[in-house]
Amino acid sequence: MSLLIYAESAEGKFKKVAFELASYAKKVAESLGTTVTAVTINAGDVSELAKYGVDKVLKVKNEALSGFSAKAYADVIKQAAQKEGAKVVVLSSTTDSIYLSSLVAVGLDAGFASNVVGLPVSTNPFQVKRTAFSNKAFTITEITTNVKVLGLAKNSYGIIENNVSIAEEDFNPTIDAADFSVKVTAVEKSSGKIAIADADIVVSGGRGLKGPENWGMIEELASVLGAATACSKPVSDLGWRPHAEHVGQTGKPVATNLYIAIGISGAIQHIAGINSSKVKVVINNDPEAPFFKVADYGVVGDAFEIVPQLIEKLKAFKAQH
Amino acid sequence: MKILVCISHVPDTTSKINFVNGDSEFDTNGVQYVINPNDEFGLTRAIWFQEQQGATVTVVNVGGPETEPTLRKALAIGANEAIRINANPTDGFFVAQQLAEVIKSGGYDVVIAGKESLDYNGGMVPGMMAGILGYNFVNSCVGLTIDGTNVTANREIDGGKETLSTTLPIIIGSQKGLVEEKDLRIPNMRGIMTARTKVLTILEPIAANVNTKAVKFEKPAPKSAVQLVSADNLDELINLLHNEAKVI
Repeated sequence: MSLLIYAESAEGKFKKVAFELASYAKKVAESLGTTVTAVTINAGDVSELAKYGVDKVLKVKNEALSGFSAKAYADVIKQAAQKEGAKVVVLSSTTDSIYLSSLVAVGLDAGFASNVVGLPVSTNPFQVKRTAFSNKAFTITEITTNVKVLGLAKNSYGIIENNVSIAEEDFNPTIDAADFSVKVTAVEKSSGKIAIADADIVVSGGRGLKGPENWGMIEELASVLGAATACSKPVSDLGWRPHAEHVGQTGKPVATNLYIAIGISGAIQHIAGINSSKVKVVINNDPEAPFFKVADYGVVGDAFEIVPQLIEKLKAFKAQH
Repeated sequence: MKILVCISHVPDTTSKINFVNGDSEFDTNGVQYVINPNDEFGLTRAIWFQEQQGATVTVVNVGGPETEPTLRKALAIGANEAIRINANPTDGFFVAQQLAEVIKSGGYDVVIAGKESLDYNGGMVPGMMAGILGYNFVNSCVGLTIDGTNVTANREIDGGKETLSTTLPIIIGSQKGLVEEKDLRIPNMRGIMTARTKVLTILEPIAANVNTKAVKFEKPAPKSAVQLVSADNLDELINLLHNEAKVI
């Protein structure tokens, strides 16, 4: 037995979550007295995974898998887990991985815990801590099946280097034509923009910005910081910004290193969606805004004066660092 | 076309979350319950298919008698009939097995369930139903059209969206974007009155595996107070973010 992870890649290059998953899996594997095997699908150079503790890689190269298919990818992961006799399978919380996780769990007759934060609380019985009630609470969940599938919450563990020597093996799982009964016919990616899911920093604007015409400074601040832009629910409901930018309980969850809220009062539903972010900054002219209760740093004042100054100062800072 | 919409009965998004009995149970005291928002987006699209394409819409929930007002609300919004599976929905796989049984015996063409519920946030029931039944499955669905047995769906992906083509029967994991917030319906008096006479069938659960259990709940640790920086001293903010928080 070993512990299996699916190390996600895009256009042959590993996503950052693959390294976080490996770092986490290494630690869990140590507590179980086992090793980490990663399965990769059409990834390029896999040796990079050794840096984060992956002992063995099952490399799948298959033209049929060049585009994402939840069913086919789940099937590959399932076969890899069976081949390795994996008792624990760890998957990430990207949109694609969430899509395939439950299929993997059913395929392996495994209990599944999603949104896992932190190392197992106990390995016998197997208990993990996960977020629930939209980040307003945690549950300690016990998985009672022989095989367990964990979905690791994004940015909850971090990337930790742990150099090991890695064994590479080509792996040719059986791919069934029926796995492709849902076909991708078109992909639209917002070009030149950082996706909220991939961002280390998110700059978010609320109704305090008064209108969509004032988003120029939000976008500029985001661009100086290499950040994604987001917005509160009222802003998206008013049509000032696209729905894909709505973060909060009914929108997208945000678990970044730095979340900057500008002109957002901090309704409970908004806070629920962004609470997993490590550092929260609020800029608001109302010192009573609830966001100040959850933020790490706050500036009370007029966003229309503060943000342009902050942009200039950050540009100067970036020029030196 | 027969559509089944799976409804979770969840605390309203403004609810304060507390626990009782040594943090082993959710404190329902004073909590208002609603249709899980991700399910409501799906229900609203289902009603569109009912009105535009003559679909029948059944809503189903796994829960005790206390969840019936939530099902009645779905009926008031326009669903044709409701089913309640009389069991406590503690494990996603258990729930998925119960629903899969209803899907098989009812011969539904389209099954819509929110991509996750706002209580346990498991995000696993739609995918598990698809896994159990072997049906086509689209998660994070933000667009759905059906022409005969052909399905075109849009799925939100990280940083964009994609278009998918498949066939019935299908399981959909719904979310905001499948319909817009403004399209959500508030039941009117006529809807509420007719809902009272619509069929609500109660089924006993089938024997099914339970793979996980929540053994304890915790609340997040209290946060230290915000560190305020003067609007005239933004250099200090940058300094704190760089040297103290180490995030820029």
